[in-house]
Amino acid sequence: MKAPPPTPQPTPTVPPAEWEEFKDLQQWVKFRQERLDGDQVSETFASLADRLEHFPGGWLMVTSTEKIFNWARKSSMWPVTFGLACCAIEMMATFASRFDVERFGMVPWASPRHADLMIVSGTVTIKMAPMLKRIYEQMADPKWCISMGSCANSGGPFRHGYHVVKGVDRVVAVDIYVPGCPPTPESLMFGILKLQEKVAEFQKTGRRLVVAPNPA
Amino acid sequence: MTDPVTSDAALAAIREHLGLEAAGEDPKRPLDPRHLVVSVPVERWTEAAASARDRLGCLYFCHLTAVDWKAEGFDVVCRLENLGSKLGLTLKTRIGRDASCPSLTGLFRGALWMERECYDLFGIRFDGHPDLRRILLPPEWEGYPLRKDYPVDMAHPPYR
Repeated sequence: MKAPPPTPQPTPTVPPAEWEEFKDLQQWVKFRQERLDGDQVSETFASLADRLEHFPGGWLMVTSTEKIFNWARKSSMWPVTFGLACCAIEMMATFASRFDVERFGMVPWASPRHADLMIVSGTVTIKMAPMLKRIYEQMADPKWCISMGSCANSGGPFRHGYHVVKGVDRVVAVDIYVPGCPPTPESLMFGILKLQEKVAEFQKTGRRLVVAPNPA
Repeated sequence: MTDPVTSDAALAAIREHLGLEAAGEDPKRPLDPRHLVVSVPVERWTEAAASARDRLGCLYFCHLTAVDWKAEGFDVVCRLENLGSKLGLTLKTRIGRDASCPSLTGLFRGALWMERECYDLFGIRFDGHPDLRRILLPPEWEGYPLRKDYPVDMAHPPYR
């Protein structure tokens, strides 16, 4: 006897990922700071570059000088010395002779006005956040920020404490997140190299590369 | 107060001057003079501390803190020590949720910052404190973070 034909089963549909379930991710999307308006530049310089670019053949000069500028920027990143917690120990180890980031042209500099990069190494408390923002605002454009370690990325183990800013990206715009608790000097150096790649792309694309927001 | 105070003497003194029984919290060391715990009513808080200082020689004000027991109120806990005879006395008092506690600053100068800290984190008001302000948190902070009902995920604008 012939078996009856099997009844067609409905195709199971995979529900789309619900981003709403991830409260922390939602908060990150909601509260992080972005640098969308670009950097502050001198208006005279910008108009000069603009005029030169529209001059016949001038684009060649503009793009090549931009390339030179970006090369100079990325090969002499001066981080402002801003150690907040135990990640600062790893940061100091990175700056010391064993790992030797001076071969990337990095000099830890004690003045924010001469620095290009701020490595936020450690827990940012709510009391410290205004000072951090102030130091960041004292740095001259173009400036970059590396968030180093779990605490600076998201609050880390202290995320559910009353006193911790849940990620330094709620205070300043962050370019590179280095994970780890604390990150090893190799991790930080990898982050620095990633930042150098980002700096090499700077203004070639017209604005900085920003992380695309979530589809939700 | 140069004579060392033994455990029995301390217990007797507490019984005599405070009219209270000391209760050791550690069952392994019930009569250890380093672990004497006395619960006093809040009306006799200052009196008990003064008596411990003057009669038992507890000149060292070790710490003052509080415990949140939710609906039952707060325990204000203060530790006084007689370093010479290794006598430690923990005074406790239970106050209501919105009640205030008498200050010990008249007896111990060291209580000044401790009580400010206790006010800062628990919101317990100390009567007679000369300068009851926040000490650790910024002055514009809302709420008292070590209370059990404090929402830790509360927004703190502009940084949350």
